Amino acid sequence: MSREAPPGLGSPDPMSTEEPRQETMIINMGPQHPSTHGVLRLLLELDGETLVSCEPIIGYLHTGIEKNCEYRSWMQAIAFVTRADYLAPFHNELAYCLAVERLLGIEAPPRAQVLRVLFSELNRISSHLVWLATGGLELGAVSVMLYGFREREMVLDIFEMATGLRMNHAYIRIGGVVMDLPPGATEKIADLLGVLPGRIKEYEDLLAKNPIWIERNAGVGVLAAADAIALGVTGPMLRASGIAKDVRRDEPYCGYETYEFDVITREAADCYARFEIRLEEMRQSLRIVEQCLDRLEEPGPVMVEDPKVRWPAQLEVGPDGIGNSPAYVKHIMEESMEALIHHFKMVTEGVKVPEGEVYQVVESPRGELGMYVVSDGEHRPYRVKIRDPSFVNLQAVPTMANGGLIADAIAVIASVDPVMGGVDR
Amino acid sequence: MIPAELADRLRGEHPDVVLARGELTVLVGRDELLDLLAELRDADDLSFDLLSSVTATDWPGREPRYWVSYELYSVTHVHRVRVKVGLPEDDPRLPSATSLFPTADWHERETYDFYGIVFDGHPDLRRILLPDGWEGHPLRKTEELGGVNTRFKGAFIPPVDRRTS
Repeated sequence: MSREAPPGLGSPDPMSTEEPRQETMIINMGPQHPSTHGVLRLLLELDGETLVSCEPIIGYLHTGIEKNCEYRSWMQAIAFVTRADYLAPFHNELAYCLAVERLLGIEAPPRAQVLRVLFSELNRISSHLVWLATGGLELGAVSVMLYGFREREMVLDIFEMATGLRMNHAYIRIGGVVMDLPPGATEKIADLLGVLPGRIKEYEDLLAKNPIWIERNAGVGVLAAADAIALGVTGPMLRASGIAKDVRRDEPYCGYETYEFDVITREAADCYARFEIRLEEMRQSLRIVEQCLDRLEEPGPVMVEDPKVRWPAQLEVGPDGIGNSPAYVKHIMEESMEALIHHFKMVTEGVKVPEGEVYQVVESPRGELGMYVVSDGEHRPYRVKIRDPSFVNLQAVPTMANGGLIADAIAVIASVDPVMGGVDR
Repeated sequence: MIPAELADRLRGEHPDVVLARGELTVLVGRDELLDLLAELRDADDLSFDLLSSVTATDWPGREPRYWVSYELYSVTHVHRVRVKVGLPEDDPRLPSATSLFPTADWHERETYDFYGIVFDGHPDLRRILLPDGWEGHPLRKTEELGGVNTRFKGAFIPPVDRRTS
């Protein structure tokens, strides 16, 4: 009995001498893929191993943060925006609070500004460490993954000590920060300053001259400066293309103009240059943290005095995060009716923000993080638009990856360092 | 240039220049939008080469109902400007800026997705963050926060705020 080949199989004849078919293959990579840095989906068109075109498809982590903010008080919205780019929660909070403060026409006290800078920079280090860890993993450098997360944990311990939470802290508030550093925190930060430089050197020794690492990164994903600007790319990616744009230096906030640090640039514009820049930026952040510690020796308030703006309660870190201190609860429940009324008004309605709009930018670990905040003069934000750098930078992936090998696309995405929580918001 | 100088520079040709809280806003009609953006990008003393963000706000009951805003930044001169275009409720469309600023592509798709504002001449105006089959434009003020019905084991579960038990 003769058997027929099932349709589709057996043709073309493997012995055929005809020319191979000029066809490309469409492949989906993600959204659940270990190398796409989160729930990012890429629609790849491949010609063999070569990438003909690719299209990033996003939205798998869309949580409606911007819409939610419009239904909360000005203060509650902080807890939403901090969850956008979840690897840079302090930067989200900072951009939002600075925007609201500008609408209110107030400024946080000096010590609060120093704490904001301190946590921004520690956050930049922890975020770059995650980039190093996951980026290394995606390119097969598994040991770097373990090292990166190990050191990040040290930074997160400091966050936990100061804010009660490892991520999504809602520590920076309108008019200042929630509370001063707890006892022992400065010593812990000083310990970190002692350890990290050696560890960063270790990563550099491990990777910078590693032939595989160089092979995978050098000359890969080149993005010329003109293209980068046209595509709105900012942050380490733009600085890797030789353009020294850094919001901290160009449009300083929280007194960044009084700190000493360098804006690192490279000319190569490839994945390796972005690696060098992020390593060097961690060192610069450590420099700033060191200066912050010096300034923290001077005590002072960490929140504005205005009772119509500041949170009424004395807060402290409990076992489940930040909460009202027992002494304060006793005060409003047993001692003062006025304090209770004021507490009730501030918690239910909160601050009233004059009509207007502002666009506040800060330098997040991934680039220019903008908050476009609009008020109609009420107790809730009328519109909060988060201009997330990952969202914009991701758009440059096809420009960098097309025409290269599919394996290079992984290196390109790793070098963009997109955080999908920020991309999809 | 500092915002006040910029305001003087722009006031010559564009009467609707607002300077508030240190930020400069140029209000413009949709027909003049592309000309203005091109001028802002190409004039040597302005050179707003980086389009930072595009978004919209919705003011139902007012005329115009929608305001589309463009945040521009100059890498060369380190200054910023905002361009705003008002759009009527029954015809929310304006020309796409993608030919001038390639980065506008995703920003405009997002604005279309959230507000239903149509950017004429956009190469690929599809939803970007919401699923393709989504109905409505959720950031319009006329859409409630609520949720959508979820199908679970053949039955529809109403969103949290509409559950009766």
